[in-house]
Amino acid sequence: MDKFRKIFTLDNYIVPVAAVIMGLFVGAIVMLVGGYDPILAYSSLFTQVFGDMYDFGEAIREMTPFILTGLAVAFAFRAGLFNIGADGQLLIGMTAATFVGIKFTGLPFYIHAPLAVIAGGLFGGLWAAIVGFLKAKRGINEVITSIMMNWVGFYGANYVVNHFLLVPGTQQSENIAPTASISIHFLTGIFGNARLHWGTLIALVAVVFFYVYLWKTKQGYEVRAVGLNPNAAGYAGINVGRNIIKTMFISGVFAGLAGAFQVLGVFQYQSVFASSPGYGFDGIAVALLGMNNPFGVLLAAILYGTLTYGSAGMSFGADVPPELVKIVIGAIIFFIAAQGIVRWVLGPFYGKRKKEKVL
Amino acid sequence: MNKVFKLSLVMVLAMSVILAGCGSKSSSSNKSGIKIGMVTDVGGVNDKSFNQSAWEALEALNKDKGINIKYLQSKSDSDYNPNLNKFVKDNYDLTWGIGFSLGDAVKQVATENPNSKLAIIDSVVDAPNVQSVTFAENEGSFLVGVVAGMMTKTNKVGFIGGAESPVIKRFEVGFKAGVAAVNPNAEVKITYAGAFDKPDIGKSLAATLYNDGADIVFPAAGSTGNGVFNEATSRNKQGGSKVWVIGVDKDQSLEFGDDVTLTSMVKRVDEAVKKVTQEVIDGTFQGGKTEVLGLKQNGVGLPDTSKKNVPADVLAKVEEYKQKIISGEIKVPAE
Repeated sequence: MDKFRKIFTLDNYIVPVAAVIMGLFVGAIVMLVGGYDPILAYSSLFTQVFGDMYDFGEAIREMTPFILTGLAVAFAFRAGLFNIGADGQLLIGMTAATFVGIKFTGLPFYIHAPLAVIAGGLFGGLWAAIVGFLKAKRGINEVITSIMMNWVGFYGANYVVNHFLLVPGTQQSENIAPTASISIHFLTGIFGNARLHWGTLIALVAVVFFYVYLWKTKQGYEVRAVGLNPNAAGYAGINVGRNIIKTMFISGVFAGLAGAFQVLGVFQYQSVFASSPGYGFDGIAVALLGMNNPFGVLLAAILYGTLTYGSAGMSFGADVPPELVKIVIGAIIFFIAAQGIVRWVLGPFYGKRKKEKVL
Repeated sequence: MNKVFKLSLVMVLAMSVILAGCGSKSSSSNKSGIKIGMVTDVGGVNDKSFNQSAWEALEALNKDKGINIKYLQSKSDSDYNPNLNKFVKDNYDLTWGIGFSLGDAVKQVATENPNSKLAIIDSVVDAPNVQSVTFAENEGSFLVGVVAGMMTKTNKVGFIGGAESPVIKRFEVGFKAGVAAVNPNAEVKITYAGAFDKPDIGKSLAATLYNDGADIVFPAAGSTGNGVFNEATSRNKQGGSKVWVIGVDKDQSLEFGDDVTLTSMVKRVDEAVKKVTQEVIDGTFQGGKTEVLGLKQNGVGLPDTSKKNVPADVLAKVEEYKQKIISGEIKVPAE
């Protein structure tokens, strides 16, 4: 319990909470200027998420990929790597899972579904490991390679769906075999047919894994050491290159799983994407907001999912046009990302608090 | 420990105030009268094309009949289901799904809520409570093909499709047949943008086609087509050989001007939306059927503004073909 509390020390969470409040405040001003009722809009946002079981279930569905892509980015951050490629890793993982889900028929569900999930995680991980390999062996900046790999992954995924899995005349793949589905059928009944799936549970397990691996194992210690100072870590006898590749692999596994769950749990098919769904980039915001801490990422993903899913409620309940909703959500994320501003605004209070602490 | 506890207590209190606020507010939005909902695809109601036509039709009905209307824009594929459900669960009298990409979602929501009424444009959903409306785009595209075939000076015309789907295929095939009917020597260059919401891709594809010698381009690609207009306008401004665009879905000369819009292949989405919505108002709505609107039903065609740029003899030819298609003398291929 004490350890758990240490993660949530005052310093750690006062800034994100203040950022969210300031974001909501700026959003309210924007809505007032636009002539809309911000209180009605925000309450509509909450009712959209917590209004009934269906919406609550769908909101959980919306949060799941944010948890995993947030973990993916945060994990790489811990080793000092900026994984912007979570989006591409997600799409590669998704495609691998779809491929296994459609092509490997005749397996019982207790083999087929895990196999598809593992394929998604594995391919996402390998995709990221390429970036790690280039960084470790050739020193190529991972930001550049992972951005470029996003495009390769994006068009690669579309190519595979277009040429091997497509239902002719449509823009989507065949449906995966029912044995590969990870929907939780007894829960979807309770939640008014919301698309709930086992992936959410695995995402929660991934949160715990993240914590245990980084702070409770020798390998995790090495990863963190590399992140703090690769030179010192190397001098201390840690194989920096191997750790970079390993970190990218695990980071990619998280992202790949996010993609796999979208197909196996939500859609049951994969679309030919006109533009990337963008979960990987949202993962960066989630990781930042969660301060690269697994439990922080979980909370951030819940917030982010709430905002994304609830934004439709703002249009519906308060007639706020979608463009304005995007500005409001953008304002909140802006303050989350630009924490310097938050610290500056909080400055006077912050200093006082520090002094109190001394006593 | 104490401080943490206090702070979280404050947070919980603040939260409950917010939540209490929403309980009292949400019930006030209930007005009497008929409620019509509409879910767009990712294009949104300002796409200058499909969703906009539908929304304008509902706005007109709102003015005339005083019905309540509301729309939700989908940010991604995963929004279709919740957005449709939002209207259905709020007991809307009719929920529109605009565009073929909503087909699966409409089907699922309709099956899960058998007492709801839904309608969809451009896709056929087989459910007893869904009215499907499709268009014979091949017939309308045939007519603009006739215009393009007769008016091209370079004997090269272009077609830009949004994404390969049965609907867009009907555009392509009808257009090709129309050009071939009046000008067998003309070449029709076919390209696909792969997206309905990417004006930048539309612009670069149009540039390729125009550079290649085509002087008339027909985009059937939603707001991707806006980029085609953009490219043609800037080319005409710079001088050089005159290029044209054939508008799609709406009379796009009203948006982009007469000096670049040759004519438009108008899809009367507005008429379809009005018709079905009116049925709901009158209480005569019948689900489970598909309506195909072609030239005969005035569901597709050329707008009156075409006569500004298209000479009378060409329009006479168009009229001639139109009658032949309506009478069944010419069968326009669909795929």
